Amino acid sequence: MTTLSNLLHRSFLEVPEKRSIVLQYSSQPDQELTYRQLILGANQYALTYAREEIQPGEVVLLILQHGQDLAFSFWGAVLHGAIPAIMPFLSEKLSPERYRADLASLISITKPVAIITSAEFESEARSALVPGDSIRKVIVTNTIEPQSEPDFDSLQGMKAAPEDIVILQHSSGTTGLQKGVALSHKAVLNQLEAYSKAIQLDPEKDVIVSWLPLYHDMGLISCFLMPVLLRVPVVELSPFDWVRAPYKLMQSVSQYKGTLSWLPNFAYNFCANKIRERNLEGVDLSTWRAIINCSEPVHAESHRLFAEKFEKFGLNPLALQTSYAMAENVFGVTQSSLEAGPTVVEIDRESFMMERIVTPPVAGRSSMKVMSSGRPLDNTKIRVINENGEDNLDRMVGEIMLQSNCMLTGYYNRPDATELAMRDGWYMTGDYGFLADGELYVSGRKKDMIIVGGKNIYPQDLEALTSEVPGVHPGRTVAFGMYDEEAGTEEVVIIAEVDSEEPSEQEVIADAIRKHVTKSSAIALRHVKVVGEKWIVKTSSGKTARSANKEKFLRELGSEK
Amino acid sequence: MTENITSALAKFIAEKILKQANKVIKPDEALISSGLIDSFSLMDLAMFVEDTFGVRIEDTELNAQTFDNLSQLTDLIASRQ
Repeated sequence: MTTLSNLLHRSFLEVPEKRSIVLQYSSQPDQELTYRQLILGANQYALTYAREEIQPGEVVLLILQHGQDLAFSFWGAVLHGAIPAIMPFLSEKLSPERYRADLASLISITKPVAIITSAEFESEARSALVPGDSIRKVIVTNTIEPQSEPDFDSLQGMKAAPEDIVILQHSSGTTGLQKGVALSHKAVLNQLEAYSKAIQLDPEKDVIVSWLPLYHDMGLISCFLMPVLLRVPVVELSPFDWVRAPYKLMQSVSQYKGTLSWLPNFAYNFCANKIRERNLEGVDLSTWRAIINCSEPVHAESHRLFAEKFEKFGLNPLALQTSYAMAENVFGVTQSSLEAGPTVVEIDRESFMMERIVTPPVAGRSSMKVMSSGRPLDNTKIRVINENGEDNLDRMVGEIMLQSNCMLTGYYNRPDATELAMRDGWYMTGDYGFLADGELYVSGRKKDMIIVGGKNIYPQDLEALTSEVPGVHPGRTVAFGMYDEEAGTEEVVIIAEVDSEEPSEQEVIADAIRKHVTKSSAIALRHVKVVGEKWIVKTSSGKTARSANKEKFLRELGSEK
Repeated sequence: MTENITSALAKFIAEKILKQANKVIKPDEALISSGLIDSFSLMDLAMFVEDTFGVRIEDTELNAQTFDNLSQLTDLIASRQ
């Protein structure tokens, strides 16, 4: 068994001039990095970590925007044997105070020893620090060691063992930032072996094109670790640029003859609805052999919209694929068959929604289409278990559990959270789904997690923020997601109880909630409903019953229309 | 003339983006820097402006530096018509 650091060493010796990463920018020419350039840059960071007395096995936090320093500092940490964790950059709409609080909460649990950031962000990063915390150094990108020929014998990361933790992945929000998924060299490499086989990855022919952020598993694993380690070129756009100019993904695929991309479901709708044909002149998408939908519930209608829009630009509709993936299994759990594509089945809506039973459509009743996420990877076993403890019955909805040779080592410094998530060596995903003819259909979540545009959001974080708004009864708030057909993703709904029955006053509070929650979570809210006392449904134990409140909200919304 | 632009924009933002049809948006109320309009909805706004007023807003202009409230966006549209 090898390690990530060993693979870098081999690529440095064997394919120094091969193209590894192409970085695209909105107002500068593309920047191409060969393996030699990538590893020379990484070595500069490895030497810097050594200079700053960072020890192998210690965590370094990377807070950097799209660009070469993010790649260099990440791989430099691997070469040094330090554990990199990528933290999202402060966005325009997030308040600096909240960002600082999030950063501080991550630091308190994960205990990184250094932050790597740019000069412009240095003071922001420092303002999150408190005396006695774990951070010993703030390393600014303009103070790194000059370029030199790497001396692999003295690089600490070359001594890493396959079981050592190599990266941490966090999801967003206060709750997510306190649960870093710790992954070993062995887990990452086992995942890449199984996943690359499932997608028939070919380093000689494939080119990956991505706009995904690297602080998220989909971007980090499928479009950064996998291509770099398996020697597949990857073209990276900035997520910030893509969201303002989604057509750039198509232009990049055309320009670099891209073959593979990963997108969250909403991006299919976003591209289909928000790209003008004038931006697609001359674009040829015929090289795109798989566009893989994962990280939020998958919808056949989103695929249909995407195929319809881009077929005339050479897109093969059979390229549209699905996967079920999560950081706790490094990345992929299942993958649809690249030959056949994901299966879509039509089932009876009512029995599925109300009784969680999968039955064929019934004449005269409404039906729904559900799309499969494919079959488990070769190294991953799946079980679906229902509330009665019945296991793996065909077409029975239950919680998805998994076991593989690429599971998380644990949540970093959180044995409590790790223990809760594991049962007899199986990871309890918290997602609901069913198996039919060996394929997995993911139907929802047991945990009330909301997923907006591929980003996981814990409703309790949003409810706590809503409670901070003056006029709102603390603890009498509820947040949940609601699927928006047009957007192809969930929208966030917040309901808050207030004293005032006066509509104008309620409007003022609704505005204040919108501003405060958005500024503190970087999540734009769609529906903010301010209600009088006793609107919110609580369980007998006093907990907020999110699904009951969602049903009530939908009923009221329906009767208004 | 510019009042018409402002009121059409306000109506679109309240109804289509915020889904609060009755919401009054003040001409100087921050839209982007406040997070009221997120990056996903900026594209909708740009497309609405182009379809309604025949004015293009480039993707590099979709930020709070170019416009952050109704009155700035109205001026931008009027200057390009």
